[in-house]
Amino acid sequence: MNLFEFLTPSAEVCRRTGPHDKIVFSSRVRLARNVPGISFPGHGKKADRVRAYEQLMPAIQSVPAMAGGMAESMERLTPNDKQLLVERHLISREHAAKGAGSGFVLNREESFCVMVNEEDHLRMQALRPGLQLREAWVAIDALDTALQEHTEFAFSSQYGYLTACPTNVGTGIRVSAMLHLPGLVLSEQVSQIIQAVSKLGLAVRGLYGEGTEALGNIFQVSNQMTLGESETEIVERINKVLQQVIEHEENARLSLLEKKSRVVFNHIGRAYGILSHAHTISSKETMNLLSLLRLGVDIGMLPAASRSFVDELLLLTQPAHLQALFTKREKLSAEERDILRADVLRDRLKSLERPDHMVFGGGATPGNEPAE
Amino acid sequence: MVCQLCKQKDATVHLTQIVEDEMKKLDLCESCAKQKGVNDPTGFSLAELLLGASAASEAESAAVGAPEIKCPRCGLTHAEFKKNGRMGCSECYTAFSDSLEGLLKGMHKGTRHRGKVPTAMRRAADQQASLERLSVQLQAAITAEDFEQAARLRDEIKAVKSEA
Repeated sequence: MNLFEFLTPSAEVCRRTGPHDKIVFSSRVRLARNVPGISFPGHGKKADRVRAYEQLMPAIQSVPAMAGGMAESMERLTPNDKQLLVERHLISREHAAKGAGSGFVLNREESFCVMVNEEDHLRMQALRPGLQLREAWVAIDALDTALQEHTEFAFSSQYGYLTACPTNVGTGIRVSAMLHLPGLVLSEQVSQIIQAVSKLGLAVRGLYGEGTEALGNIFQVSNQMTLGESETEIVERINKVLQQVIEHEENARLSLLEKKSRVVFNHIGRAYGILSHAHTISSKETMNLLSLLRLGVDIGMLPAASRSFVDELLLLTQPAHLQALFTKREKLSAEERDILRADVLRDRLKSLERPDHMVFGGGATPGNEPAE
Repeated sequence: MVCQLCKQKDATVHLTQIVEDEMKKLDLCESCAKQKGVNDPTGFSLAELLLGASAASEAESAAVGAPEIKCPRCGLTHAEFKKNGRMGCSECYTAFSDSLEGLLKGMHKGTRHRGKVPTAMRRAADQQASLERLSVQLQAAITAEDFEQAARLRDEIKAVKSEA
């Protein structure tokens, strides 16, 4: 099956809405599990990985929640397919580097994605738009329970679920949310927030997880501790912190509009200018400018309905998505991609009216909730 | 500049703190500063001020060097584990348990699992509990010479046992 054809079209993905989706792109809960008696993927031989793979892939596919989905071995995917899955946040960058003996199972709605033989035999995740950590936990808990009908997981009554890395042992849970924080970045408060959040035992990372840059003012917040607390305690704790971060972001936006509205309008207007007129543009610059357009939507300089439009551009202009748009072309070089990216942006942005501070928000009474 | 806490009054107290080579700034108004006890710049943390929670996560130096221990199942040595930070298989947790406690203590909130238990184990635990309850009742019935009840309980125990 062709992966790009299987995946939900970008436009549709970006129309999915959830609570607080002005600031929270998506929520995710991941569980790590292993098969007892087989070495972990990083230590075992190929035969071990194949044994785990052959046991787990059919078990995952037999769970009703995964019906009608896609199951594939990593070796059968092209490098661009793997990158597509990374850009959709369905698999990790580490998993994209895997080949034979590793695989993934994705359900039809793309709300579940299970990685086989990543760092652990099994890494299953539930994804939801907006801030829906509890819902994501409930969903993945149910999937885990359903899987336990088919397969046994390595578990110790003292240490809980046993994982390759002791940092994941116990619940094996990683709860995370992807946040858009342009207000905190523009008002130079974001490093304080990051410090404060890390003091609470949570990690703040860039767009694609560990060791990546915070492009487009996008940050990922996740728990680090997995042992000694129950799953719900972890979910509730991070939920509470996220509510506070959201509040700080909202306040930062309000105070920017109050004190420095011209600076904000200027940033957004210029972002629009560059994006709609450039003839070559890097992925990094695109993301940073699209982040400003998204802020423009949030503060009412652009129609509210265009948030999903901006989100779609954020996705479409990433390297693998861009390559997938031009299937007939050979693998694009970085320079060619920058040119095609600018072409796509110029074309798409024709349909977006110019950001105007007089028409929508006016800047005079920036409310918490601009009219939707 | 407006106070970062009350977001109303003008900020007149400006704090800069260097924590782990990183500069943190905080701008407060007179009354918020007093309320938070910021007169003494050594006795507070920006994290607590910003998120209103006591933040404490001291990195603990873990696990002292251990003699050559090897996992009997997968052959991973303790030295390899220390070098890569990854276990070789689920048995490694038993093999390296001596040095694990300290390591986990520094990483996590506790060293005992308090979350979800596998279905099979939960079922076994439930079964064990009901068997214990039934056999107590059975003893009581026998003592009371209520043989009808005892026979019923005996059948029930048999049924629970056969579920396994």
